[in-house]
Order: sequence, then C-alpha cells, then structure tokens
Amino acid sequence: MLLRHTIDEVKERKALTINPAKTCQPVGAMYASLGLHGCLPHSHGSQGCCSYHRSALTRHYKEPVMSGTSSFTEGSSVFGGQSNLIQAFNNMFTVYDPDIIAVHTTCLSETIGDDVSQIAQKAIDDGKVPEGKYIVQASTPSYVGSHVTGFANMCTSIAKTFPEVSEDKLNFVNILPGWVEPSDMKELKRIMGIMHVPFVMFPDTSGVMDAPQTGKHNFFPKGGTKIPDLKRAGSAAYTFALGKFCSEDAGLALKKKCDVEFETFDIPLGLKATDRFLMKLSEVTGCPVPEELEDERGQLVDMITDMEQYLYGKKIAMYGDPDNLIPLTEFLVDIGMKPVHIVTGTPGKYFTEKMASLVPDANFKNGPQADMYLMHQWIKNEPVDLLIGNSYGKYIAKDENIPFVRMGFPIYDRVGHSYFPLVGYRGALRLVEKILSVIMDKIDAESTEEKFELVM
Amino acid sequence: MSYEKIDEYMLDKYPKKVYRKRAKSVLPNDPAEPGEIQANVRTIPGIITQRGCTYAGCKGVILGPTRDIVNITHGPIGCGFYSWLTRRNQTRPESDKAENFIPYCFSTDMQDSNIVFGGEAKLKEAIQEAYDMFHPKAIAVFSTCPVGLIGDDVHAASKEMKAKFGDCNVFGFSCEGYKGVSQSAGHHIANNQIFKHVVGLDDTRSDSKFRVNLLGEYNIGGDGFVIDELFERCGIEIVSTFSGNSTIGAFENSHTADLNLIMCHRSINYVADMMEKKYGIPWLKVNFIGTEATSKSLRRLGEYFEDEELIAKIEAVIVEEEVKVKAELDLIKPNTKGKTTMLFVGASRAHHYQELFNELGMETLAAGYEFAHRDDYEGRRVIPNIKVDADSRNIEELHIEKDEAKYSQKLQDKKAALEAKGVEFSDYDGIMVEMEKGSLVIDDISHYEMEKLIDMYKPSIFCAGIKEKFAVQKMGIPLKQLHSYDYGGPYAGYKGAVNFYKDIDRMVNTKVWSLIKAPWATGAAMNASFVKVS
Ligand code: SF4
Ligand code: SF4
Repeated sequence: MLLRHTIDEVKERKALTINPAKTCQPVGAMYASLGLHGCLPHSHGSQGCCSYHRSALTRHYKEPVMSGTSSFTEGSSVFGGQSNLIQAFNNMFTVYDPDIIAVHTTCLSETIGDDVSQIAQKAIDDGKVPEGKYIVQASTPSYVGSHVTGFANMCTSIAKTFPEVSEDKLNFVNILPGWVEPSDMKELKRIMGIMHVPFVMFPDTSGVMDAPQTGKHNFFPKGGTKIPDLKRAGSAAYTFALGKFCSEDAGLALKKKCDVEFETFDIPLGLKATDRFLMKLSEVTGCPVPEELEDERGQLVDMITDMEQYLYGKKIAMYGDPDNLIPLTEFLVDIGMKPVHIVTGTPGKYFTEKMASLVPDANFKNGPQADMYLMHQWIKNEPVDLLIGNSYGKYIAKDENIPFVRMGFPIYDRVGHSYFPLVGYRGALRLVEKILSVIMDKIDAESTEEKFELVM
Repeated sequence: MSYEKIDEYMLDKYPKKVYRKRAKSVLPNDPAEPGEIQANVRTIPGIITQRGCTYAGCKGVILGPTRDIVNITHGPIGCGFYSWLTRRNQTRPESDKAENFIPYCFSTDMQDSNIVFGGEAKLKEAIQEAYDMFHPKAIAVFSTCPVGLIGDDVHAASKEMKAKFGDCNVFGFSCEGYKGVSQSAGHHIANNQIFKHVVGLDDTRSDSKFRVNLLGEYNIGGDGFVIDELFERCGIEIVSTFSGNSTIGAFENSHTADLNLIMCHRSINYVADMMEKKYGIPWLKVNFIGTEATSKSLRRLGEYFEDEELIAKIEAVIVEEEVKVKAELDLIKPNTKGKTTMLFVGASRAHHYQELFNELGMETLAAGYEFAHRDDYEGRRVIPNIKVDADSRNIEELHIEKDEAKYSQKLQDKKAALEAKGVEFSDYDGIMVEMEKGSLVIDDISHYEMEKLIDMYKPSIFCAGIKEKFAVQKMGIPLKQLHSYDYGGPYAGYKGAVNFYKDIDRMVNTKVWSLIKAPWATGAAMNASFVKVS
C-alpha cells in the first residue's frame, strides 16, 4: 500500500491539509502570462517560488517555461522589494527583450505589502520601461484561493491593461478560454473557424506551451495573443467568459472598462456545455451552427449510445479545478455515470451550489481541507469504478485498483494532454474513449482465461 | 576560442553592474592553481537562474527522503504542494505495514486570516491532528516565507506539542525561502536541527565490526539501494544514511558509527564536522559515482578499518564487478569516445558525474554548481578565507561541544595514526583540481549564459535539471537531468555506472536529433507545378 496511512474513519480536520487538491496562485498567473505573445512572466518574491512554479509548469507541459524572479533575500523581505523589481525590469528588458513583462506577487511580497502597481508605475515614470513595452501586474497571494484564482487574477489584469475603449463595437467576439490546455485553446479556435466567427482569444497558450521542435530555442515562441489583438478586445461585440472561476472577473473587468457585453459560460466540456456555448455563439453572431459541428456532435452521441452498457451506473470519484469539474460532472451524469465523490481545494460557493443541483446525493466539498486524503477516505467507504484527476491520483488508483483517467493540472507522468483537446464534441469523444479504455483494460486484465474475449 | 572571447560573447549583453558581478563567477580552469571563484552570493533579480530556495533545500532535499517523519509545511499550500513527490527519493520500508509518509503532503494551508492574526494556533492544531491520526515517531515543521514575516514561532509550537505528547519528537525548521541565497542555506538549517533534536538519542550499538554512516546520499532513483547492497557484500554496516531511504531511528543511532563517509560535500559537510567534534567520529570524502571512484572509495574503507578479511572481501567484490563493467564499457565506449558534455547541477553531481563521462571517453567542456560555496570549487582549504556575509550570518551556527560520555578518543587516535601514514581525513579538494585545464567553471549559471555556452561549443550532451531540459533540447542537444535522472537510474556503484553508460550512449547516438529538420527545409527546389484550371 502506497498510502498505507489513509484510514477509513472520516473525522473533521480543521487545520491540517493532506494531499491537496489545489496549489498556489502564482503558478496560475504564470501560465496565463505565457499565453501572451512576447511575454516574460516575473515572480516578485524569493526565487524558490519561481523555481517551483517553473518546474511544475515544465513538468506538465514538457516545454521550457521562462520567468524572472526578484530574488528576495532577508534584506528585501524587511525593506521591501522595490529596488529588486526595478533592477529586474532593467535586466530583463536588456537581456531578454520581451514585449511584455507580467509581474505577479508571491506570499512574501504580499505579506510585506509591496505595492507592485506603484512600483511598476515608478519604473515607467523613471524611464525604465522602453518605449512600446508593457508591464502588466497581478496580485496573487497564495493564502487566498488557489492556482485557479491566480490564473483568474492575471487574466483580469490583462483585461484591465490592454483593451482600448471604443464606442464602435465591431463584428467579432472575445473568448476567455479559462485554464485549459493549449490543445483546448486550439480546438476552441478551430470551432470558431468552422463557425466563421471572427474572435480574439486571450490568454492563448497554443503555439507556446506546445511549441514544435525546430532545433532552435525561441525564448518567445510564435504563439500567444498578440498585443494589437489584446487592444482590439475593447471593441468586441461580446465576450464569452468560459469558466466562472477562471474567466468571470476578466469578463467583468472588460465590461467595466470597455463596455463589452459579456456572459459567463461553463467551459465547453462534454455535450451540453458545448451545446450551450455554440447556441449562444450562434445567437450572438447570427452564424448558424454548421453541419460539420453537428456531425461531430452526432458522432459523440453515437459512441455513447453504442457503449452505454459500459458506462451506465459506474461510480466515479474526481478532484481538480471547479471550472472543469462542473461541466464534467454534468456530462458524466448525462452519459449515465454516477459521480459520487468530488473535491476541489479551490474555495467558492458557486461550486457547492452547482454540485448540489447536479449530484445532490454525492459527497462533495471544496476549500481548505477538501483534499485528496478526504476523497480517498470516502472511496474507502464507498468504492468507485473510475477515478478522474491529475497525476497524484495514481497512488490511490494503484492502492484501490481503480481505473484512472488523468485530467487537470498537473499531469507529470503522461503526455498528450497538450496536444489532444478535451473541449468541444471532439474533446468529449476523446474523454469517453479514455474512460472506456481504462474500464475495459481492467476487465481484460482481471478476466479469467475462459472469459477473455475478443469481440465486444 | 580564447577565454576573453568567451567572456565577451557570454556576458556582453548584460548591463554593466550585472556584467561586473557575473564575470567573477566565470573562470577558465587551471587545475594546478585553482583560481578564486565567486560563489554563494545572491542571484541577480531578473536574471533567470537555476536556483531554488532554502525551504527546498531543507524540506525537499534533506528531510524529504526520511520515511517515518510526518513533515508538515507551515505556510500557504504551494510550497508543500511542489515538494510533494517531486524528488524521486525512493524508500523501502521494513514491511508492508511499516511507516512511510513519503507519498503524503501535509500542510497547514494558511489562509489570509492566519496571515493577519498569526498561524501558530492553526499549526498546533495541525500537529495535533497529525498526531491523532497517525501517531508518528516524529513530526517536523517547516517554515515558509510568510511564516517568518508574521513571526510565527515554529520552535515554540513544536516544543509545546512535543511535551504534550511525550512519545513523539516534534521539531521545527526556520527555513523560510528568503533566508539564504539558494537551497544551500536550507541544507545547513536542516542539518543543524536534526543534529540538535535527533542525533544521539539512541545509544544502542549493533555488534557488527565495521560501522559507518553515509552522509549526503539521497537515494534518488535508487542510488542508495545500490550502495547498501555493495556494502552488505563487503560486510560493512551502514548505521544511517543521511538521508536517503532513512528513518528517524537511524538518525538517533548514527553517533555510534565508527566512520562518516561524505558523498555530497556541500549539502552535509556540517553534520560530519559536528559529529566529529561532539562524538569523535572521523570523516572521509568518498564518491560512488563512477567505477573507479567506487573502487577507490571502497578501498579507502579497507584502509581505514585495517582488517585483512575486510580488505580481501572488498578486493574480491572490486575484481568481480570491474570485470563485468569492463565488458559493458568495451562495447559502449567506441560510441561515446570523443564526445563532449557540460554539467550544471546541484553541487556534488556536477563534480562526480565527470568521472562517469571520463570513463566513457567524453570530455567535460564546462561545469559548475547551482548552489555551492567556494570550497566546493577550490577545496576545503579556502574555508577560513571565505567572507561571511549578511546572508550567511543569517543561518545559525551551532556551538558544538565534546560529549564527554559519548566521545570516542579511540577513533580519534586511530585517525591520528592513519594520518601519520598519509591517509587524508576531513578533506575535499573541490571540483577544479579534477577538471581539465582551460575548461570553464561557472557558478550559478544563468539561463542566458547557458544558451550562449551551448551556441559556442555545441556539446554532445548537456546535464542540468527540469527547468533547463526542454530549452536545451529545443536547441537540438539532449539534456540529461542529474537531479531526477529523467526517471532513470540508479547510477551509483558498478551497476549504476553501467546504467549510466547505456543511457548516455543512447542519448548521444539516438537518430531522432537528426530528424529535426524537415526534408523539404533543406532547400531542394520544386520542379513541377499544378496546371492551372481555368
Ligand atoms: S505558497 Fe507562497 S511561498 Fe509557497 S510557493 Fe506559493 S507563492 Fe511561494
Ligand atoms: S547532489 Fe546535488 S541535488 Fe543532491 S543534495 Fe547535493 S547538491 Fe543537492
């Protein structure tokens, strides 16, 4: 037993988190920053956080992740990090020549109360920021929220910084994709293309966190949302904020600043969430949903109807980020499966409300102490047929012999997530395929010789 | 390329202040007369570095590999999360039921109210909850940056809880990330506390004749297992390993050993020095990375214990193993000979792994450490001359005194007698004396310098960590991770050496690197076009 100390008896914990189902804000902010073209993230604090965040993102995406740090030591922690940050700006613009530096804070700089926006302004006033270059900054204290919050905060800052106010609204929409894989962002772009809807999407990590091997390391890969597009976002006719936790604040900020109509949607993960997204898209733009997408939908439903016997009634435990878990739960219920244990470390009432309506009988919890240890305890009391979540779930899956589908962040021990999407109908198709494969692999692995059969 | 040219090319773009600082950390090597290198100084804000922090060195490196301590990170969730199972410290509990907390991540997950009103109460409650649920032998508490700032006293909280439990050792570490300039500060803080709170608690002496501690071996990828097995075959008992595959009981008992062996000098020389002062245990620097190094280190053990039977056993093992290694190496070396490498990792690894590359006939063009001090480059003789700056002063120096009851004069007499015969104790010559003349030595290399260096020399392989891996590989150069071994290993001892030879052979000879350019990108002209349909 790998997790041999996990006991069945569930007792309420008030202080200790064990095996968290979340991590800290800056890593999300860093990921969001990487979705802007020519952007160098910068971590304002001591270098360890930055090192950890770069490592986590690198291990998940298997791509270089560059970021500066203010390298605080004891002195800066006492006297404030202003001089470190200004020095860092100078060094980074000189050595790496980014178009944008995206600064986020860490627990340390937050606790000492460094005012990064003021420092950034000072740097601009003092001429430390070259002409045509940008600084965007977000406050990301890790004792609030989670990595999801950090992602949302950076997106909000981007929305406040770049888009320009415009009276005329033009015929295109903004897509705020939420924290999804580069593959998902690419898939969203493909869908927009099929729908013939012009759009601006930010952040967009496709082309950055899935860069091709060329024999050359591009410090700033060719992907990412470009500055003119970010500026243009202010004149969009409509904003689709995908994911309440990741994107709503950014949508709201854009609305406030540039008066762009907006609505929050679930990330189009699974059938109904994709339906809703496409219908609204069609409604807002007047572009009908084309046959090509309808066919994809049909294929998805076809696979589910064909395979219904392997899905029906299967119990599932899952953990991860709320913006994924909500549409995922809805989808799993729709295809006849039974989510029974769900946790996310990310706090927020919306999650509990949604779960209460989607799966009122399930065990679900979020916020501090809503961790994988608790989920594992629940599993011990009520076993499941499938586990869905990031790489850390493999310990539970092995101990309890549960088929396991990797989804979410971080996935350290498998590849493919950055290339094959889970959003849209095609993504849902892949998700169902993955689920069926692990369930059937287990049947094959455990069947006796006489029961081992070729045809389904 | 002359050194001046290199210097210019690599550092030229830096702003003046940065240039002046970095230039002191880049040296052309001269093994006969190692130059003075700048090391263990602050990294420069905005210059992308390989380094991590004090907490990572303390919790991640030193305490991480010990399986039966409940390690609670006191802080917001991130620090605990990132140090959760990301270092490949393998461990082998005595039985299926024996304690093993390595797969767990414990944190107080501080919220803003804890930052505003203080987190000590929550910490104590968390310790209590951990105790109630797991009844571990020990609980360790690690401070993260915000904890230091708001002034939570982890030591007082630990002490209080320890007294309350009676049967569980609870101790804390002030290893806030900002405390030092790198992980190195964390190693020091970790070692101090383990020495203070754990070492020496259990005086039981096993009756085996040859008893040693292995210091600075973290059992990444199972290296420690290989060494354990080698020692067992020779009949030498490892009382405790600091801290690969280790237990708290072994630490408590470690002062009963007759000799300390240091693998990674940087991370743990303090423990060896403190143990010698307090208990009289002499120490030797050893290395089990590389075939020759392994044989040499084993022979040093024979020499130390001066026992005919042991020496014979050691020689038998060496002969048997070297024959096997040679057979493999003969097949591989023609594929690797003449190739080149660069190593920029932790501390000892940038030094030790050069032995393996030598054995493969590969030349090390440049090397340096991520968080070493001058002595790791220039040898221990410079220790008295190292400037103590504000950042080093931050870290508590324990005042150690001789423990009259437990001090072994016998071991010290033995040491004196052997020294008279020319055996060198308490010494480490550093990396520079073993590197080629003219190779480059660079401390705390920046990402920018790394890319320049690769551009200039195009090494056959580059060794560093996960943050560097994909950037280097995008340049068309394979990167071997020497922190996690790319999920390979073990690389220690004879068995490990062979693993390493094979891995390097594969990495420098795999065809995939030649596939990077698409065939049409070579500029072959198109010689037909579609007929236009009108
Ligand atoms: S929780 Fe805070 S101190 Fe820890 S890694 Fe995250 S930002 Fe850094
Ligand atoms: S070998 Fe390297 S990574 Fe390991 S402790 Fe020593 S310096 Fe650190």
